Amino acid sequence: MKRSQTISGDIMIGVQMDLISEDKLSRMTAMEKIRLILDGVKEGKILVLERGLTPSEEAKLIEMTMTEITPDDFAGIEIESYPSKQNQKLLDKLFKKPLIRTRLTVIGPANQLKTLKKDRDLISALVSSQY
Amino acid sequence: MGLIKKVKKNFSSLWKGIFKKKVARIGIYGPPNAGKTTLANRIIRDWTGDAMGAVSEIPHETRRARRREGVTIESNGSKVTLDIVDTPGLATKIDFHDFMAHGMEEEEAKRRAKEATEGIIEAVKWLEDLDGVILVMDATEDPFTQVNVTVIGNMEARNLPLLIAANKIDLPESSPARIRSAFPQHPLVPISALDGQNIDTLYEEIADHFG
Ligand SMILES: Nc1nc2c(ncn2[C@@H]2O[C@H](COP(=O)(O)OP(=O)(O)OP(=O)(O)O)[C@@H](O)[C@H]2O)c(=O)[nH]1
Ligand SMILES: [Mg+2]
Repeated sequence: MKRSQTISGDIMIGVQMDLISEDKLSRMTAMEKIRLILDGVKEGKILVLERGLTPSEEAKLIEMTMTEITPDDFAGIEIESYPSKQNQKLLDKLFKKPLIRTRLTVIGPANQLKTLKKDRDLISALVSSQY
Repeated sequence: MGLIKKVKKNFSSLWKGIFKKKVARIGIYGPPNAGKTTLANRIIRDWTGDAMGAVSEIPHETRRARRREGVTIESNGSKVTLDIVDTPGLATKIDFHDFMAHGMEEEEAKRRAKEATEGIIEAVKWLEDLDGVILVMDATEDPFTQVNVTVIGNMEARNLPLLIAANKIDLPESSPARIRSAFPQHPLVPISALDGQNIDTLYEEIADHFG
């Protein structure tokens, strides 16, 4: 829970949500993205990535999350994304490294973001303000 | 061993080395409690007579990856030899309170949580050293989880074979069909690792896909 001043000058209490553009993400290295995610989540933010992480970045994120879990402060992350899409053309599959198209991803603190339902095209989540 | 025989043998293993990997290293992956160790135990018991590791209804029972070398599986005339790696259940969060809810003291719960985080790191690192994965899912649960998506994505990115074991079909609320519709691009075998239901079909698929 956070007390913040909005652009219009109001003081509001709530959960901060950062929506990060594909452009910004495409200029970042894997570690920069992971740092941005973990720092944000530890501050209690919900992050929405316009284009998510590649499978190998997701694996690294899980690893880094594990190294940062501490019993009383940080229990890890909740992350939900749509399965990435691959190059489906057979020739591309045979001769090139598969091109992976990552998709929208939502990440938050494990104790504040709960997935209600998820399928191929819809992610439904509950955000709680208690910290 | 005569020289000719020796040369022949070396030549044939060289031949195999170039054209066909002799032993495929297969990781058993999935979320905590899906039944990975129960399945590993069954495979290893069926084909070698030994056992692999401890099973528990408390999540994160396996906290170190374990490898069993040279398990030969024969099915429908094809024969494969595998190294089988049972891995700790993958998760993006670990809360020691969950272990206390299973009746553990705080200290023990915190230790288990710490070991579980290390186990997950180990499991992720193992992904880079595999030739294929059996992804075990609890068919009574929602299949569309980040853990499943991440494992599948990593295998697809490396163009490596993946076989889904939709486990716990002995339970009435299980739905392998839900898993199939979530990940239609990969072969799936509904099984019960506990009572052995349909396990022969799994062996056929293993011989097919990892041979
Ligand atoms: N009903 C039923 N229960 C099963 C089946 N397979 C495993 N279980 C039970 O599920 C629980 C977890 O099994 P494990 O084999 O320890 O699961 P795991 O995936 O190795 O779990 P971690 O090591 O904690 O990641 C145990 O209570 C098993 O008896 C099955 O096919 N049917
Ligand atoms: Mg286990």
